[in-house]
Amino acid sequence: MKKFFAMAVAAAMLLSALTGCSSEPSQNSSSGEQSSSAQGIEGAVKIGMLAPLTGDVAVYGTAVRNGAMLAFEEINAQGGLQFDVEVLDEKGDVNEAINAYNKLLSNEIAALLGDVTSKPSIAVAELAAEDNMPMITATGTAADITTKGDNIFRTCFMDPTQGKVMATFAKDSLQAQKVAIMYNTSDDYSVGVATAFKEAAEAAGMQVEAYEGYGDSDKDFKAQLTTIAGKDVDALFVPDYYNKVALIIAQAREVGYDKAILGADGFDGVVGAVAEDNTAILNNVYFSNHYSTSDESETVQNFLSNYQAKYNETPNSFAALAYDTAYILKAAFEKAGSTDADAVIAALAATDYEGVTGHITFDENGDSVKDISVIEIKDGQYTLHSKVTM
Amino acid sequence: MDLIKQLINGIQVGSIYALVALGYTMVYGIVKLINFAHGDFIMVGGYVALTVIPVLVSAGLSPWLCIIVAILFCALLGMATERVAYKPLRGAPKISVLITAIGVSLFLQNLFMLIFSPNPKPFPNFLDYPPLALGENFQISFVTLLTILLSLIIMVGLQFFIQKTKMGKSMRAVSEDPGAAQLMGINVNRTISVTFAIGSGLAAVASVLYCSAYPLVEPTMGSVLGLRAFIAAVFGGIGMIPGAMVGGLLMGVVESLTKAYISSQMSDAVVYGILILVLLVKPTGLFGKNVREKV
Repeated sequence: MKKFFAMAVAAAMLLSALTGCSSEPSQNSSSGEQSSSAQGIEGAVKIGMLAPLTGDVAVYGTAVRNGAMLAFEEINAQGGLQFDVEVLDEKGDVNEAINAYNKLLSNEIAALLGDVTSKPSIAVAELAAEDNMPMITATGTAADITTKGDNIFRTCFMDPTQGKVMATFAKDSLQAQKVAIMYNTSDDYSVGVATAFKEAAEAAGMQVEAYEGYGDSDKDFKAQLTTIAGKDVDALFVPDYYNKVALIIAQAREVGYDKAILGADGFDGVVGAVAEDNTAILNNVYFSNHYSTSDESETVQNFLSNYQAKYNETPNSFAALAYDTAYILKAAFEKAGSTDADAVIAALAATDYEGVTGHITFDENGDSVKDISVIEIKDGQYTLHSKVTM
Repeated sequence: MDLIKQLINGIQVGSIYALVALGYTMVYGIVKLINFAHGDFIMVGGYVALTVIPVLVSAGLSPWLCIIVAILFCALLGMATERVAYKPLRGAPKISVLITAIGVSLFLQNLFMLIFSPNPKPFPNFLDYPPLALGENFQISFVTLLTILLSLIIMVGLQFFIQKTKMGKSMRAVSEDPGAAQLMGINVNRTISVTFAIGSGLAAVASVLYCSAYPLVEPTMGSVLGLRAFIAAVFGGIGMIPGAMVGGLLMGVVESLTKAYISSQMSDAVVYGILILVLLVKPTGLFGKNVREKV
C-alpha cells in the first residue's frame, strides 16, 4: 500500500513537471515578445561582426570592416537608432570563426554581420541557425550558407549565379567555343562557381576541354596550364581568390597562354597582388563583380567620396557590400522596432533597399536578387565592361 | 611535345626541391638533426631579396646582386641559429633539438609576420628576359632555364666541394664519427658551422628562384615548400647528398606528370602514394645505406 502511494505521488510529480515544462516557456516567450515590442529599442543595438583582419584573405576582411564601420558611423551620426558594433578577427579560419562567434554570442549581440569568406560563413551559419540569431553575410557567396536556416541572409549574389553569368559572357561577348576550367579542390567557393560554370557552359553548347583541380597549398600550376595551353581553348575560367589567381595568371602567361582568363568576385584585389612592372599579364582578364567604381549614380559616388575621405583608398566591392549590409540591418531594426530575433528576421526578409551595389530584395531562401557587373582589367585598372541582370 | 614540356616543368620544380632538400640532408648527415627551420630560411631569403632589390636598383646596381645578399644573409642566419639554438643542446636528447628546431621555425614565421605583416607581397619580376624559343609553340621561360641550369651547376659544385676539398673531407669525417674526427685534429664546431652556412646559402638561392617563378612572398611560404623538400630528402635517403638531388628532381617530375596525365584533383594522393610504396620497399630511401644502429 505504501509502495503504491509512493508510486502514485511520483507519477503525479512527474506529470506536473512535464506539463510545467511544456507550458512555461511558451508563456514566457509570448509575454517577452509583447513587452519588448511595446517598449521599442532601448539604448544601442549590439551588432557582432566577424571578419578576417589578418591572414591570407585579410584584404576582404579589412574592406568589409571598413565599409560596415563607415555606414554605422554615418547612421550613429544621424541620431535616431544607435548601433554598438563589435568586430572580431577570425583570420579566415573555420575554428577561429566558431570561437569568435561564440564569444559574440556570450556578449549578447542582437544580430550578426558576417562572416566574410564562404568556408567560415557556412560553419557559422550552422551555429546561427541553431541559435536563431539574425545573420546577414555581406560577401559569403557559397550556396550552402543561407540554406542552413530562415534567419540567414546574404547581400551578395551566390556562387552558381557568378558561374552562370561568366559562362554566358564567354559565349556571347567572347564568342568562345572551347573553354577550360581550373579550380581549388579544397575550397567551397571555388568548387561551387566552377561547377555552375561547367554546367552552364555545356548547356550553352561550349566544349569544356579541361576541368583541372589543384590543392590549397599549391604554388605550381604549370602542369595543368601546359595541358590547357595545348588544347587551344578560347577562355580559361579560374574561380579563386586574388593571391592564388595572381600566381595562376603569371604562370599561364609564362607557358604561353595569352587568351582570355575569366573569374568571379575573388579576382577583386588581384592588381595589388602583381608587381607594378608586371601588370601587362592582367590584360584580357574579366570577372564578375558586385559594383563598379565607374558607376555614375549618386549613391555610388557619395559612398566613394566618403570612403575615400575616411580611409584614403578606393573601396573594393567587399567594402561596398558591407556598407549596404549595415544599412539593410539598420532598416530591419527600425522596422522591427525591437531586438527580438523573430521580429528582426521577418523585417530582414521583407527588405527592399536601393544601395551602392544596386537594388536589393531577398528571395524565400534569404538570397539577394540584384544586378551583376562584369569587370575588365586594362593596364592594371578595373573598368566596367557590362551589367547583367539575373 | 607536351610530354617534354611537362618534363621541363617537373625538372624546374624538382630543382628547387633538390636545392632545399640538400640543406636538410647536409645538416642531417652531420648533426643528425632534422632542421625544421630550414623551410623558413627560404622565406627569409625571399624577404631579403624583396627588400634589397629596390635598394640595388636605386643605387644603380644590378638587381641580380640580390642573390648574393640573400645568400650571405641566410648563411649568417643559419650559422647564428646553429650557435644560439642547436649548439647548446648538442649533448641533449634528439627530441629536444627537434622541438627547438620547430620553435625556431615558429619564431621566424611570427617575427616576419610582425615586420612585414601577414599579407603576401608581390615579388618584382627582375628576371624579365625573353624566353628561349625552340620552334613554334615550344618555348622555355628564362626563369625555368635559369633554375635548371643554376641548380645543376650548384649540385655539381657541391659534389666537388664535398669530395675534393679539405673542408668537404672534414664534413664527411664529422658525419662518420664526430669523436674520432676531433681526435684527428678536425675542428668539429667550425665544420658544423660551415655546413649550416652552405645549407642555408642553398636555401637562399632556391628562394630567389622560387619567388621569381611564383611571385608572391609571405611569412608562411616556407612551411609547405620545406615539407615537400624534406620528403624529397627522405625519398632520396636522408643524409646522402646525391639522394637529395635525385629525390628532389624525381619528386618534381612525378608531381608534374601526375597532374598532367593521371589526375590533377588527386595529384598529392598519387605522389605521396608512390613515395610510401618506395619507402616500404627501401625504408632508408633510394640512396640510403642500411646501417645497423650501434647499441
